[in-house]
Amino acid sequence: MKKINIEKKILSENEKCAIENTFFFTEQKISCLNMISSPGSGKTTILAETITVLKDKIKIGVIEGDIQTDIDAERIRATEAPVIQINTEGACHLSAVQISRALKELPVDSLELIIIENVGNLVCPSAFELGEAGKIVVLSVAEGDDKPAKYPVIFAKSKVLLINKIDLLGHVDFDIERAKADARRLNKNIRIFPISAKTGEGMSHWYDWLIKNVEQVKMRQ
Amino acid sequence: MHETMVAKNLLEQITEAAQAQNAKPVAAKISCGKLNAINDEVLRFAFEAIAKDTLCRDVKLQIIHKPLQAKCKTCSHVFPIEFSKPQCEKCDSDQFELLPDAPLMLEEIELETEKNHEKNKY
Repeated sequence: MKKINIEKKILSENEKCAIENTFFFTEQKISCLNMISSPGSGKTTILAETITVLKDKIKIGVIEGDIQTDIDAERIRATEAPVIQINTEGACHLSAVQISRALKELPVDSLELIIIENVGNLVCPSAFELGEAGKIVVLSVAEGDDKPAKYPVIFAKSKVLLINKIDLLGHVDFDIERAKADARRLNKNIRIFPISAKTGEGMSHWYDWLIKNVEQVKMRQ
Repeated sequence: MHETMVAKNLLEQITEAAQAQNAKPVAAKISCGKLNAINDEVLRFAFEAIAKDTLCRDVKLQIIHKPLQAKCKTCSHVFPIEFSKPQCEKCDSDQFELLPDAPLMLEEIELETEKNHEKNKY
């Protein structure tokens, strides 16, 4: 037997492409956020509401990742925001090269913020950097307050946690303080916004954060 | 399930390295951090499935998990962090910062030598 040393990053191709995407966003002064959650947490509803309300404040483009269909892209298209749908045909996450291709189709010159809606999955997307400035994790109260403890990786890596569907709080057993505490155990800096994309409750805090985030990226030299 | 993409990249890298040596690979050592969320069983299954009819068909994977390190803000102690009990192992403080996680790496591969190759033939 002969052993040879390799010491090479296994996902180096994805990483290389993610870095190229980051350069692109920096150059264009675009903020890019990668939204990750389980299926059915309300990502698309949050996005559609956000785009509609912030229409005159931020120019938002969207990259939709789904295994099949362009149902989500259709919902975003209804808000008149530019949107590209990526179908992963079975893959459980988006990769950086798919984002790089989608960027060629988006009218990037007129955009200030690109939100990537990743494939619904709390595990796999967290392992693939896309070149984004930050990850937004969405947890809906119907999923249970134990999710930050059970899926720590994505909560440890995210900038923001949106606790969605708080209009259902009286109907499900969800201890919001427990979810917050568990999310903060590994990530002291995570910003947490309890929201209801349906009723609009709490959404203004999320909007303020987004506006500030976009301003910061634009100010950067 | 992201292990399938990891397996695909791994297969490409092992094949490339083995071909450069003009030899058949039989083992590979990889290492990963905690935030790569690699499940050994799933990665082995995915790798076997795609390596089946290739030069890498006999490769056995050795997977090493490196702990995620944190630095205590109270006593500066560096310690491996447990998700179930995130606090300093020395002073019990829960004020710490996470240090960079170990990346997913292909560390080394083992190649079949000529002699072994002959032996396997018969």
